Amino acid sequence: MNRVRLFRICVWGVVIVLAGFLLVSTQLSEQQAPAEASTGTARVGGPFSLTSHEGERLDNRSLAGRPYLVFFGFTHCPEICPTTLFELTDLMSELGADADKFEVLFITVDSERDTQELLASYMTSFDSRITALRGSSEETETALKAFSAYAKKVPLEGGQYTMDHTTGVYLIKGDGSFGGILDMHEPRETRLQKLRRLVSS
Amino acid sequence: MSCFNKVAIALGLASITILSSSAASAHDFSAGDIRIGHPWSRIAPAAAPVMGAYLTLTNAGPEADTLVGGSTPLAERIEIHQMSIEGGVARMRSLPDGIEIAPGASVDLAPGGAHLMFIKPARPFAEGDRIEATLEFARAGSVRVEFVVQRNAAKEPDRADDHGGHTP
Repeated sequence: MNRVRLFRICVWGVVIVLAGFLLVSTQLSEQQAPAEASTGTARVGGPFSLTSHEGERLDNRSLAGRPYLVFFGFTHCPEICPTTLFELTDLMSELGADADKFEVLFITVDSERDTQELLASYMTSFDSRITALRGSSEETETALKAFSAYAKKVPLEGGQYTMDHTTGVYLIKGDGSFGGILDMHEPRETRLQKLRRLVSS
Repeated sequence: MSCFNKVAIALGLASITILSSSAASAHDFSAGDIRIGHPWSRIAPAAAPVMGAYLTLTNAGPEADTLVGGSTPLAERIEIHQMSIEGGVARMRSLPDGIEIAPGASVDLAPGGAHLMFIKPARPFAEGDRIEATLEFARAGSVRVEFVVQRNAAKEPDRADDHGGHTP
């Protein structure tokens, strides 16, 4: 009798633990992988409005009808940000005129240090078709939300700080819907295919 | 998804390590039991306020040693960092205690992991430039090294993929 009761308690325990795990993992995957969560237009590609490294205002409406790529980063980033921008430059040179058919946006998550002047110099190292964008902290926050992206200021020693940030390059189709993520660890050919598909979307 | 990412990152890192260790212009420095293999820095964009720098540390001695810092006349300072990517988010943290190299062990400071960071380089560096620096070890003391400036190393693994050259 006691055994049956114990068995029931165990079974319910397992059920509760599994349910909890399922709930937590579902929430985690929603937070971390917008690629899986968004099949429509709701989560990625919402409204934003920022200023380019050339001083022009740019928002999601001015991009209507054109596919575009969005990457979040900052210039005090020794590795991922310059590498991603050099890689995008390489892919765009490979695509040639096809790369005229989409916009590439590099949105700084560190507008405090990334002035328009610094961004203007920084961008001379990359394909001139790439636009750097910055905004007030509210505008930056809105842009991050628009792509379900993440960025956080983290203090370092000696009063300095760094930024944690989402590394993927978001692909937005001509109709404004989410077209997936370009991962710089994928083979170059896969990335080129994704961009060619985006252009013909 | 995240599991796939981890595998992809691990493969990417493995190929970067293999390629950079076989770089044609490999150069080494040593002090006592510590060998510093191929210090290099990635070419940085114009006006970039920071540059990442990488090397391999090998300890042939019977006692642990620690890379505690370094300096160069060509940058404001050198910091030691650890970076990681989890769930698609990049994080970078200071390693204020430095990097320990156990007896007989080898530690790679390589893209995607631990690295040195030159803060405020004095001028832009071109491919092939050499950046003189002094590294400080707890036991081995000060060691003069030269970081060779290389083009974007992360491009190389992809080229290898293009040729179907997957490395185990």
